[in-house]
Amino acid sequence: MSSWAKFVMLLLTAMVSTSWVMALPEGLEALGRPATEGEVSAWDIDVRPDFAGLPPGSGDVWAGEEIWLAQCASCHGDFGDSNEIFAPLVLGNITEGDIASGRVASLTDPAVTRTTLMKVPTLSTLWDYIYRAMPWSAPKTLSPDEVYALVAYLLNLGYVVDDDFVLSNTNMEETQARMPNRNGMSLDHGLWSVSGAPDVSGSSCTAKCNVGTTVTSSLPAYAMNAHGNLAKQVRDWGPYPGIWTEMEGEQLAEATMVVDVPETALSANGCTGCHQMVGQLVGPGFDAIRAKYADEENGAYLRDKIVNGGVGVWGSMPMPPMSSVGEDALQEIVAWLISGEE
Amino acid sequence: MASDAEQGQLRPAPESFLPKGLVEDISRDGINPGRRSLLQGAFAAAAASMMAPSLMADDDPDIVNLPSWTRSLGKPVVANPYGQPSPYEANIVRRQSPGLTRTDQSSVSFTPLQNLFGMITPSGLHFERHHQGWVDIDPRRHRLMINGLVDTPLVFTMEELLRMPSVSRIHFLECGANTGLEWGNVAVPTVQYSHGMLSASEFTGVPVSLLLERAGFDRQRATVLLAEGADGSSMTRTINLENALDDALVAYGQNGEMLRPENGYPLRLVVPGVQGVSWVKWLRRLEVGDAPWATKDEVAHYVDLMPDGTHRQYTSIQEAKSVITAPSGGQKLLKQGYYNITGLAWSGRGSVERVEVSVDGGRHWREARLEGPILPKALTRFHFDWVWQGNEALLQSRVTDSTGYIQPSRAELVAVRGTRSIYHNNAIQTWRVRGDGEVHNVQLG
Repeated sequence: MSSWAKFVMLLLTAMVSTSWVMALPEGLEALGRPATEGEVSAWDIDVRPDFAGLPPGSGDVWAGEEIWLAQCASCHGDFGDSNEIFAPLVLGNITEGDIASGRVASLTDPAVTRTTLMKVPTLSTLWDYIYRAMPWSAPKTLSPDEVYALVAYLLNLGYVVDDDFVLSNTNMEETQARMPNRNGMSLDHGLWSVSGAPDVSGSSCTAKCNVGTTVTSSLPAYAMNAHGNLAKQVRDWGPYPGIWTEMEGEQLAEATMVVDVPETALSANGCTGCHQMVGQLVGPGFDAIRAKYADEENGAYLRDKIVNGGVGVWGSMPMPPMSSVGEDALQEIVAWLISGEE
Repeated sequence: MASDAEQGQLRPAPESFLPKGLVEDISRDGINPGRRSLLQGAFAAAAASMMAPSLMADDDPDIVNLPSWTRSLGKPVVANPYGQPSPYEANIVRRQSPGLTRTDQSSVSFTPLQNLFGMITPSGLHFERHHQGWVDIDPRRHRLMINGLVDTPLVFTMEELLRMPSVSRIHFLECGANTGLEWGNVAVPTVQYSHGMLSASEFTGVPVSLLLERAGFDRQRATVLLAEGADGSSMTRTINLENALDDALVAYGQNGEMLRPENGYPLRLVVPGVQGVSWVKWLRRLEVGDAPWATKDEVAHYVDLMPDGTHRQYTSIQEAKSVITAPSGGQKLLKQGYYNITGLAWSGRGSVERVEVSVDGGRHWREARLEGPILPKALTRFHFDWVWQGNEALLQSRVTDSTGYIQPSRAELVAVRGTRSIYHNNAIQTWRVRGDGEVHNVQLG
């Protein structure tokens, strides 16, 4: 019996042993209405490991690469290997042996960076997630064929399929059989059910317990301020005020800052999901935008770009229309972008 | 404001009459006898310059010189239509851990546990974990669909859900990755960052069992539920149906009001005892099924890496855990004497039976006082009397839950699970109190 089937068996056993009765109050049957077929198919887009729910379609590695470079590479890197924004998806470290055994051997090696492809056991998951949630700033805009192509490209980056591979609903199952970590998951634990058995137990010793009391790890002094001045993160008038961790020089610099960055407006309106202060993220960095448009006459242009979106100025990744940005925030952001102040 | 933080460790004075340098020294190093006399001198000088009728050396100027708020007309009602905390509480906010994530949309903000009381987290301080940003949903346009192994797939409006029989229950909500940075070594300075993906609320909503009954689910085949959000990520998680029928809710209320948008307004799933990622926010759909879905957050994240290279999948339950919240890392004891050590304990498998506290790194333990009500799968507040005599101390707490499970030490946990699991770290936490009163996050061996 597969571990999957055992898992379900356990669940069924648990179900039978559970007794519960729920009588519906009179009149409740009139609340809620039947969903139409169209409504269910609009929302029920999930794909299971057995590929239930998978729409027909196909896409090849080359088509996938094209879509990847236009819509995915800005976050994940041209080869899915970037760790700039998210953990790397692939790093080219999957071996023929991994594919043969279905266990990625290097997962036991702490020196090896864990990538998505090293972990994911199920091909359906890649398909389902890209279809429902990607690309980052415009989820659910990819067609099924585009998703097949992207999955094919990802698998090709991981050496799971060849350059001329075409992925389709008809060969998902045989492709699943090459997933490098398909046998790498364990359901042998007690954390699925409330009544599961624990794998670790603590000691009940209360006196003269034989435990090590040597400090083996603590934050070094230079790292105490890495999370900011702790004195300002704790109630400052109570019995336990915070430790002052800020350096003199930084304190001074903070007090003399004059640049008025509209941080609240930028983060509340989602700008920072794609733009960071310095350097390219999904879109260009604010440093580059501000350098390029540091003139009052650019105000109307930038305003239009924010409200209506655009593409092609900084690259092929489109900026979606940010029509929900309120007038005050819009003015504040535009004024800052064109101010040219350091 | 820096001056607030600086003044905070002194008795608030009506005017800022202490030299700035002295205030900063005391903020950093506390009050020693030399400074105490300096301070008394300053108080005396300040007092002399005030219009106090008969101020003696021992008189507290805050008592004898009536403050402005005692001698003026207060503010009108509805000055804040939605009430806000005192400006003196400005430090008590949610915070991100710097460098943890590269975008603010797929990120975390942590609850300031170090300064909260009781067993409920104020809604505005409830920790956040979003996978693709948070959204403002118009409740008139929000729907809940129930489909899959049911007689009839159904659609509910919010109006209909609020008409249905409701229950209100207090439960904790902890991210599976809470304390995840601390598996290998100490990585963060305060309890906010080490344990702050933990909150608790009274949730109000409709039992999942009632909705499934209404839809007529297939009792023979159904084993799992898929929960799905209405946001851009449309996040999905597989839910254990047996547990969901027991106590899961489709919730719209949180602490007496509607859910906050960051917590899923207008509808979220409440799965008591289970890690936060399964409490799908902005809930739009429940699908009844007979096999797990292996969603993104069940294969690439929220899987626990074991020393043999396997990942534990569908790890859901938050096992018993406790932590001392005050005094805790990054705080400082200014004087010797009595302190009330306080903290939180909880279990995803039941209720808190007992909490013990050690002040010597786990060599000796004494039972703490539990504050009621003690509810299943909720936070329980504990207290412990302690007189600090200026010595080094190693503070720990250890919970036993209603199943008899005892919270493990870090050594006991790591011996089985290694240090690369990321998720479900429920080890005993140690805070080192130094001779100078500073409290630091440490691990022992």
